[in-house]
Amino acid sequence: MGSDLVVRFAGEGGQGQVTAAEGLAQAAAQVGYHVQTFATYPSQIEGGPTWAQTRVSTNTILTQGDQLDVLVALNRSAYETHIGELREGGVLIYNSKDFDEQLGGLSIGLDVDSLARATGNPRAANIIMIGAVAQLASMPADYFRQFIEARFRRGRANDDEIINGNIKALDVGFDAAAASGYRVNPLDPPPAIDRQRVLVKGNDFLSLGAIAAGLDIFIGYPISPATTILTFMEGNLNGEGKFVGQATSEIESIGAIVGAGYSGRKAMTSTAGPGLSLMGEGLGLAWMAEIPLVVCDVQRGGPATGLPTKTEQSDLLTALNPGHGDMRIPVIAPGSVEECWQAGIDAINWAERYQGPVILLTEMGVAERNEDVPRPDPSLVVAETRVVSDGSMGNKRYSGNGLAPFPVPGGPGAYVANASEHDEEGDTTHLPQVHVTQTERRFAKLKLLENGSYEAEHTESPIAIMPWGGSKGAARAAYQILRATGTELGWLYTMYLNPLPAALLEELRRKELVIVPELNYLGQFSGVLRGLGVNAHSITQYTGLPFKEQFLVERVREEIAARSGRLARV
Amino acid sequence: MSKRNPEYDFKWCPGCGDFGVVRAVEMAIGRRAAERGESIEKTVIVAGIGCSGNLVHLQEGPQPFGIHGIHGRTLPIAYGIKAGRPDLNVLIAAGDGDFLSIGMEHIGPQAKRNLDVTAVVMDNGIYGLTKGQASPTTMLGVVTPTTPYGKLEDAINPLELYLTLGVSFVASGISTKPRELAGLIQQGMDHPGFAIVHVQSPCTTYNDTYEALKGNPEKGIEPGAFDIPADHDPADRSAAIALAGNKAIPIGLLYQRADSTPMQQRLTEARARTKVRTRSVDDLLTGLHI
Repeated sequence: MGSDLVVRFAGEGGQGQVTAAEGLAQAAAQVGYHVQTFATYPSQIEGGPTWAQTRVSTNTILTQGDQLDVLVALNRSAYETHIGELREGGVLIYNSKDFDEQLGGLSIGLDVDSLARATGNPRAANIIMIGAVAQLASMPADYFRQFIEARFRRGRANDDEIINGNIKALDVGFDAAAASGYRVNPLDPPPAIDRQRVLVKGNDFLSLGAIAAGLDIFIGYPISPATTILTFMEGNLNGEGKFVGQATSEIESIGAIVGAGYSGRKAMTSTAGPGLSLMGEGLGLAWMAEIPLVVCDVQRGGPATGLPTKTEQSDLLTALNPGHGDMRIPVIAPGSVEECWQAGIDAINWAERYQGPVILLTEMGVAERNEDVPRPDPSLVVAETRVVSDGSMGNKRYSGNGLAPFPVPGGPGAYVANASEHDEEGDTTHLPQVHVTQTERRFAKLKLLENGSYEAEHTESPIAIMPWGGSKGAARAAYQILRATGTELGWLYTMYLNPLPAALLEELRRKELVIVPELNYLGQFSGVLRGLGVNAHSITQYTGLPFKEQFLVERVREEIAARSGRLARV
Repeated sequence: MSKRNPEYDFKWCPGCGDFGVVRAVEMAIGRRAAERGESIEKTVIVAGIGCSGNLVHLQEGPQPFGIHGIHGRTLPIAYGIKAGRPDLNVLIAAGDGDFLSIGMEHIGPQAKRNLDVTAVVMDNGIYGLTKGQASPTTMLGVVTPTTPYGKLEDAINPLELYLTLGVSFVASGISTKPRELAGLIQQGMDHPGFAIVHVQSPCTTYNDTYEALKGNPEKGIEPGAFDIPADHDPADRSAAIALAGNKAIPIGLLYQRADSTPMQQRLTEARARTKVRTRSVDDLLTGLHI
């Protein structure tokens, strides 16, 4: 296991933890390691307990890591909170200014602020921390000099001065760690880089996917942890015919993208739980009037204001039925940063294909973390566009047994897009037979989305684990550990939660037991699966934090023992 | 669409003011399309929920596009249509309940954007479709099913409200004069920016104000509405506010901002000024290379 390093930087918000974690990740990624970061902080501009974690590995990374190899504690309270997660043999680096006594064990006391000032750059404290960590993990100093060169070379007159100052800070960290004589397991050299990779956050990657699929209009309202999608779009969705706007509420956002979708353009908004609740009626309008659009919901802890900066998977039921009445909104939930690109593309494509609203359901844990992923090729993206009316249908917008051509305003086929129950032309009616026909038409269109891809391994096993969304990584790690230690278990996974790929649903129905790890109290997805005739049961956690691998390993074992026993007795 | 469509099952009551408004809307959008040599399909009617919104289904002759959405949200929908398709003519049809109660939060933002749309607000001073409850424009003390002791809230003065929020074109019409009303609607559509044509459109069933608006000398009823004097300067905002503060309702064009710049034009100019670089997805990905 010498190929893996997990480092946590913990302290008060504003002490540079996130910068240090991301800097370490960038430096390691630059020389070819796989990296993943994770950060968690309170909902305030500055201060409060904040920590950020970086995992560096020679293998593909599935989770942020269960146990710490190195803990950097920038104050006493961070030390007390996190020391329990430092593995045996791990090293503690602590801010000696915050401690009266010398700490024992494998610990290095550094007064990082004074040391930074001594280098002439008081802002270099995080570079000192990175240097110390690098030395502990036996990572060559050269890697980090390259990184500093790349990060601070910006064509300014004083570039050299800044770079030299930071290299000095790096050396200070290196030397301090070297003087301690401590080492954590050395990292193997990085794997050979086989293709171009990018280091990206989930929110940015799904935004890029949506733009690649031809997104025209984005209108949104700031809300954690979805705001970075709005700001990404403001900065990058521009050019002829493109429009990005900040709305005055989520009610305005959803109304606006209904209007934009109706006008014939590809439209999207982003929000988190509270905003999704406000969008319920508007999403019903889009379902009823058959208007293509995408709502990205970046889940955080709920209900109400809940935990704005923590991760949870508790919006699934709301995403499926965000408003009143008979509807079932298509939902795509990416399980990693890498999947966010395709999820962004597919959400736009699905909306166009079935002419209705789609929810792109992600979560804080995926949205805000950095991952190194293979660079996608935008020229390979297949961007779908709705079937447009050529006027031959007259104004019968809502005719037939399913999808009908979409009349674009300004062109032929004028009709009324109607949120009230309506006849073929969109005029309001209360006739029972029309409500029956139109309700069935709307649901029939979901069939167009049942061909999504999915992962299946060891399908011969009667028991399978099937995570969804951001719990995929931890579930995958647990699955691998369980298989390697002799547990008979299959693997099923898809990001297409509604409608499920038809072949996957058949597979699920054949299982004796499907175990669903998910971050909510209710066991939302297993409930949905049971409604579809699958014997699914959840492993739940609702701490605001992601799953740990070992926790899932133990819980899956318990689940199998308890449920298989019960199955045998029946 | 109703004449050709026997399944359409909504009807206004006999004598409803909205009959006059629908004729005025048809006149305005038909005449404007002909004058500009463009097809009627370039016009979209965004309808609210209430008696008035059904106007979208009752257009006679060549049909515009329509969207009949949810209660109170005509303006957000119109914002999105203009964001997507600045080339379309967008006309909003809503009532006083839809526009001024549940939908009031959306007036200010569109006024600040100066969204290039025209809202025709049909004011009957009551919730008609739900059978006669008090609306924002119902007067203080009026007894309705939801105000058994008389209405406790002051009535909104819509014209004052629009002017205060900065709406760049504010006109007031009356359903009994569809020809004049059509003229105001057409002027509003020609105005580059957010236009509101607020229309007195009486409800014969729950709040019949025909007599109150016209006045009846025999009964000693003063007219509740008057034509704006010819010497009023619509570019004078203070004069418009003074008119709106009158006890009786002024009919005609109150205010039109002279230097009105709509949202889309602001965006075009800002883009030219700041020279935002459009980068392809490929370029953006290259920026993320490790």
